[in-house]
Amino acid sequence: MIIPVLTLIIMLIVGAVVLGFIAVSAMFLIWWERKVSAHIQTRYGPMRVGWHGALQSVADVIKLLLKENITPSGVDRLSWWLAPFFAVVPVVMVFVCIPFGNIFGIELIARDLNIGILYIMALTSICVLGIFMAGWGSNNKYSLLGGMRSAAQIVSYEIPLVLAMVTAVMFAGSLSMQKIVEAQKGLWFVFQPNMAIAFAIFIIAGTAEVNRTPFDIPEAESELVAGFHTEYSGMKFAMFFLGEYTNMFVISALAATLFLGGWSGPFLPPVIWFLIKTYGLVTFMMWIRWTLPRVRVDQLMGFAWKVLTPVSFANLIVAGWILMK
Amino acid sequence: MDDTSLKEDIGTEEFWVNMGPQHPSTHGVLRLELKLSGETVVDGIVHIGYLHRSMEKIAENRTYTQFIPFTDRLDYLASMNNNLAYVLAVEKLMGIEVSDRAKYIRVIMAELGRIASHLFGITTFVQDLGAFATPLFYGMREREKIVELFDDVCGQRLTYNYMRVGGVSRDLPNGADGKIKGIIKYLRPKFDDLEALFNSNPIFTARTRGVGVLTASKAVNYGVTGPNLRASGVKWDLRKDEPYLCYDKFTFDIPVGNNGDAWDRYKVRMDEMRQSLRIAEQAVLGLPEGDPTVKAGRIFRPEPGETYMRSENPRGELGFYIVSDGSPIPFRMKIRSPSFSNIAVLPDLIRGLKIADAVCVLGSLDVVMGEIDR
Amino acid sequence: MSNGEAFGLIKLKIPDTSLEEKTRAIVVPREGILEAARCLTGQGFDSLHNLTAVDNKDNVTLVYHFYSMKKRAGIVLKTQLLPDDLTVESVERFWRSADWLEREVYDLFGVKFLNHPNLKRILNPEEWTIHPLRKT
Repeated sequence: MIIPVLTLIIMLIVGAVVLGFIAVSAMFLIWWERKVSAHIQTRYGPMRVGWHGALQSVADVIKLLLKENITPSGVDRLSWWLAPFFAVVPVVMVFVCIPFGNIFGIELIARDLNIGILYIMALTSICVLGIFMAGWGSNNKYSLLGGMRSAAQIVSYEIPLVLAMVTAVMFAGSLSMQKIVEAQKGLWFVFQPNMAIAFAIFIIAGTAEVNRTPFDIPEAESELVAGFHTEYSGMKFAMFFLGEYTNMFVISALAATLFLGGWSGPFLPPVIWFLIKTYGLVTFMMWIRWTLPRVRVDQLMGFAWKVLTPVSFANLIVAGWILMK
Repeated sequence: MDDTSLKEDIGTEEFWVNMGPQHPSTHGVLRLELKLSGETVVDGIVHIGYLHRSMEKIAENRTYTQFIPFTDRLDYLASMNNNLAYVLAVEKLMGIEVSDRAKYIRVIMAELGRIASHLFGITTFVQDLGAFATPLFYGMREREKIVELFDDVCGQRLTYNYMRVGGVSRDLPNGADGKIKGIIKYLRPKFDDLEALFNSNPIFTARTRGVGVLTASKAVNYGVTGPNLRASGVKWDLRKDEPYLCYDKFTFDIPVGNNGDAWDRYKVRMDEMRQSLRIAEQAVLGLPEGDPTVKAGRIFRPEPGETYMRSENPRGELGFYIVSDGSPIPFRMKIRSPSFSNIAVLPDLIRGLKIADAVCVLGSLDVVMGEIDR
Repeated sequence: MSNGEAFGLIKLKIPDTSLEEKTRAIVVPREGILEAARCLTGQGFDSLHNLTAVDNKDNVTLVYHFYSMKKRAGIVLKTQLLPDDLTVESVERFWRSADWLEREVYDLFGVKFLNHPNLKRILNPEEWTIHPLRKT
């Protein structure tokens, strides 16, 4: 009797910590993106709320929480209401098996599933449902176009993304995230030639997966106003935002774990290494976003099917041949 | 289930989308009705008039001098050039010759105004392609130098109201020519920077090359003027072909495009800025002494008659058709604005393209709603 | 090609044509506008640069500005309409730029262009009944 209760309490604490981390991380990333973009654009960005605008995101969240919850007439209520949750919940669930490293011998991973990668692949694919439901449910043509684009895009880019992940799994010989990190103790995967290709594919496909420029066609501002979340406001809009930034964190964390040695690194504690790598990759994605124009929808699909997918297949075959040798 | 019912079940439908008047990439209050089949634009209808301020009616109730500030509000990104086009028309109507110094100052202001306008046009165009705000801020930083100079010269940053019938409102302030030389020196390498940002970018190239091709004959037939016409390969520039002011004294080239696609329209503007810099440099080096201001009164009565004067604005040929009945106010004034004709060609260009390309074509035409609706 | 030469050519087709003393504008009767347009396109005037109207109270004068990009020349053509019958043939079939310019003249002056593909108000609201630049 006492053991299940204890487990439950521990899980609740872990869940609270993870949720707290996600919220703080998303707020930090929003502030960070505003600062990064501002300095790229010869501006300062937020400066008034807190030190260099550090509390700007807090103020924004309070504003969004206090906003009226508007439901436009004519929406498909079920999918309209469920869509923001579908955008956030799967991303949060991914955190179950992201290895943050360890502190004083305690491993910072909620549960090191032996099918960790498979579980993450399954969950990241669900996010598209939320976007598509939002696009369909909003009863707005721009949203619908955004939803359709998003569905097509994520389905296309899932394949190279998964193939790149599989390459890493083949080298590590395990689906468990912890084992993959341990396999990179000697040399990070990214320093091997065909893993470097897989890493590049992963970053490109990952950028498409989280709808960031140059692949941000589902919310393409200059074309579709705001795409799938045109009609959303207040807290529901905030949830999409939370989902987007958390997704970006997840993709970067995965890239760091699969290719950059995860939490392993000299001198500094593992958690710090993990965060440095992850936020470094996030910053890289931001840098890309504020530099490049957007590709067109047919160019986007063409690139996925004609370039990325064949290259990642070839890369996988070569990796297999190297391992068999 | 037989064949026909299956077809009905999965049948597709074309639908109309209203783009604007409130939309991030319609450059103001343009309304586009797009008929879409999925992502493809089947047809487009352009609706204008949301910014109509009845300028032509107002002109019939103002003296000739009083109307100068209104021209600022036509193409509000190139107010200097609008001022110039208007006073040139009135001067032609009255048969006034202005002093040499006034001519040179006008040329400098018009060319710097052209650069400021093109900087805005190019960078907002790239923003429409999805490079959110970064090129725009770079362009604005360069434009700021010119705007600051205009502020020194006439006390305004957007609506300059600087030209007067017979000259300019005041002489250049002390040290202004040094400042202009400084701006020219500052801007020259910045254009290379901007080009480096765009030209070597494969996404930018893929998005613009071959998109929205406007053939030369179609451009002429639609009355398209300015950089858009030259991008289609027609070498027609009023500064060379019908020289006004003292443009015949300067050496400069007219950049022309080959294909008339969005890329050429961007490239022509980019090259034109360099030529404008050349003209401004020659003008500031050869700036004659004298008094550019006007001593005559502000109310004057042209002889009954009519005139049509057009001049090369950043967006094309801005023409003023003025009919005078001998009173201090115009009997009729028609403003022939370049963007009005340039935007009329849009439905023809976007048919069959993707939505993203429609936005790209609209951005590459670089229209300003202020002068379309007047 | 100057106004004078073009005038000679049009005069051959439409005998009623006259040349305005002061402005050197060619004035054709309303019925001859299509014939004049055909004549001008034949002479290489490929651009209808501007089209507007002036309400002179006793008549409404339409003013066409044509340019030829090849010959680098321009001419002005005018035609006069009586206030009780403001109709004229559209020249949209020769110059596409006439589409919007004629719509604008219709909007502001109420001149009806026959055989225009889409003669609707362009700047003012469609439900308006007045034409703001008319002087009477």
